[in-house]
Amino acid sequence: MLEHFGKALVDQGLIHEELVVLDPDVAASTKVTYFAERFPERFIRVGISEQDMIGIAAGLAASGKAPIACGFAMFVACRSWEQIANSVARPGLNVKIVGSHSGLSPSADGDSHQTFGDIAMMRVLPNMTVVVPADALETVEALRALVNTPGPAYLRLLRGSTPIAYVDECDYTLGKANVLAEGADTTVIANGVMAPHALDAAEQLSSGGISVRVLDMHTVKPLDADSIKKAASETGAIVTAEEHSVIGGLGGAVAEVLALEHPTPMAMVGIKDRFGESSRSYTALLEELGLTSEAIAEEVRGILKRRK
Amino acid sequence: MDAPIPISEAQLDDLRRIVLRTINKNQVLILTNIPRVPASVTSVLREISRRHKIPLSTLKRNAQILKEFNLIAYGDPPNFSGVELTELGRFISNLTISEDPTVLGNMVRTRSGLRPLGSVIRDLRKTVLQMIAEAGSGHLGASLSAVDILAVLYMMKMRHDPKNPFWPDRDRFILSKGHAAPALYAVLSEAGYISSENLMSLRALGSKLQGHPDIRTSGVDASTGSLGQGLSIGIGMALAAKMDGSSSRIYVLLGDGELDEGQVWEAALTASNHALDNLTAIVDRNGYQLTGRTEEIKKLESLSEKWTSFGWEAQEADGNDPASILDALNACDLTSGKPSVIIAHTTKGKGVSFMEGNRYSRKTPDAQELKRALMELA
Repeated sequence: MLEHFGKALVDQGLIHEELVVLDPDVAASTKVTYFAERFPERFIRVGISEQDMIGIAAGLAASGKAPIACGFAMFVACRSWEQIANSVARPGLNVKIVGSHSGLSPSADGDSHQTFGDIAMMRVLPNMTVVVPADALETVEALRALVNTPGPAYLRLLRGSTPIAYVDECDYTLGKANVLAEGADTTVIANGVMAPHALDAAEQLSSGGISVRVLDMHTVKPLDADSIKKAASETGAIVTAEEHSVIGGLGGAVAEVLALEHPTPMAMVGIKDRFGESSRSYTALLEELGLTSEAIAEEVRGILKRRK
Repeated sequence: MDAPIPISEAQLDDLRRIVLRTINKNQVLILTNIPRVPASVTSVLREISRRHKIPLSTLKRNAQILKEFNLIAYGDPPNFSGVELTELGRFISNLTISEDPTVLGNMVRTRSGLRPLGSVIRDLRKTVLQMIAEAGSGHLGASLSAVDILAVLYMMKMRHDPKNPFWPDRDRFILSKGHAAPALYAVLSEAGYISSENLMSLRALGSKLQGHPDIRTSGVDASTGSLGQGLSIGIGMALAAKMDGSSSRIYVLLGDGELDEGQVWEAALTASNHALDNLTAIVDRNGYQLTGRTEEIKKLESLSEKWTSFGWEAQEADGNDPASILDALNACDLTSGKPSVIIAHTTKGKGVSFMEGNRYSRKTPDAQELKRALMELA
């Protein structure tokens, strides 16, 4: 995912000459090195100081640049939340914040580096757009869309190689969910790495005669409430799946829409109010915390049983 | 000029016209940009050349003419001495400034015409008192300590245009100690950004004058209020100016208590690493933070040495003396290859005897205190 991101950043840099990239000393990990090599004069090293970096990005944006501040999600988003709130979101400046190594993807590093609250923290900020791409291809499209949309935004990315949700092409519109699979019995609303897992779950369930719609809710904010309500009325049940706490993330956002506008039976797959831990294998850690296609399928079966 | 000649503003205008027929625009530029502290003629001319995009050779020729007119003095190599205005030069310099930095002696351009700076500053202090009394809350002490610095910046130093607040090459100002917002609003109003009627809406629901600075207010370059964040924003603006080849300078006013925040020192490192000589930080060193003396809560001294060791060019100034502030700001223009900081020694609550010190740090004056304070400033 980051490899694609890093190369896509160069493409965007070629198109948008006001685009500048800021790095808090993790360039080799976030893959902004491609940009640094191509546009050294537009690449700003700030050292290990994410809060300072956010302020600098705000100043650059106030002077007409299009800064992209890339760092590990835990530090660039969570540590710098208040700087993002006051220096970026409040004045509505055109700063893109890219949080790599989000969720459980820095698995071996352990829970000091793993994020389960960044989506909640970013989506609570007025003016902020929050995007969680499902795979590498969607990351490229999301970056393009964000760069072409002025205003503050958070792009949440994963380290390492990630499963594929889009094979050849990805039709991408900010704030508009993509239907990955059609179905009538239940809708799984997922994003990030859980979107391809939701597709797997739908396949598992279809062999048992259950037809599942899968929505890729890549934009958590502004949320595509219409697709959610449509899915609720057409399929009658909603299961959310995300690599984030079940508190305040995608599941929370969907629940807010349903509870207020279209009460519907609902279940959530996500991190159940706990920290992660070190794991040499990312997949094993996802399994340990119950973030699997099997867990999604289980929730779908459960919700259908309750409905009967 | 042994005895002062009483002269009306109209007569001054006539005299200015006569003088401006004798000396050309570049010569005026040189006269009005000579720092009060002696600096080498080449460095002064180079700075003017950079800021105004005029060939250095042109400026050198004109400096030679000014020297022949006995308006400036400097030594030619090898007898080096810094360039200075002669007494006559100072008079002519004050007289000629009618456009850019609007200094005329101690006269500055305000929304209500040319006025002596001292009287403008007294009025600014009165306005700040009235605004905070009207709002019912606000940081009075910290606002009063910063008035002189803000007035010198907006009325004598910075290149900005109230009619064109988004002029890309303007100098920028960030009030990192955002709680001094009333002082900023008062100065912005006097400079022509905010109508004076709006000033009394400070902190009211629906007002553009927020409790802390916000870019919704015309003339405010950055939203601040959360301490520690302004210097980083200034770095971003300074980097952008460098990338664009703009001669814009960035000024950031920090509180001394604010220096407790770690982000300030992250930013201090970043600015010197990027050699941002278009960035000037000013520390309003009034010695107090909310609950007591800075030296008792979190010792800052030796403060100049701290900045110097972080790679900054540091100077000390009297932050309640406009001439001292202006000298220090002018000297910052000549610093190259690193950012500059002015430790501006001020008195918290400056200007009203019974408010000086930390007593009115957050206290709102009642009607009687306001009356007494306004009388002192009358």
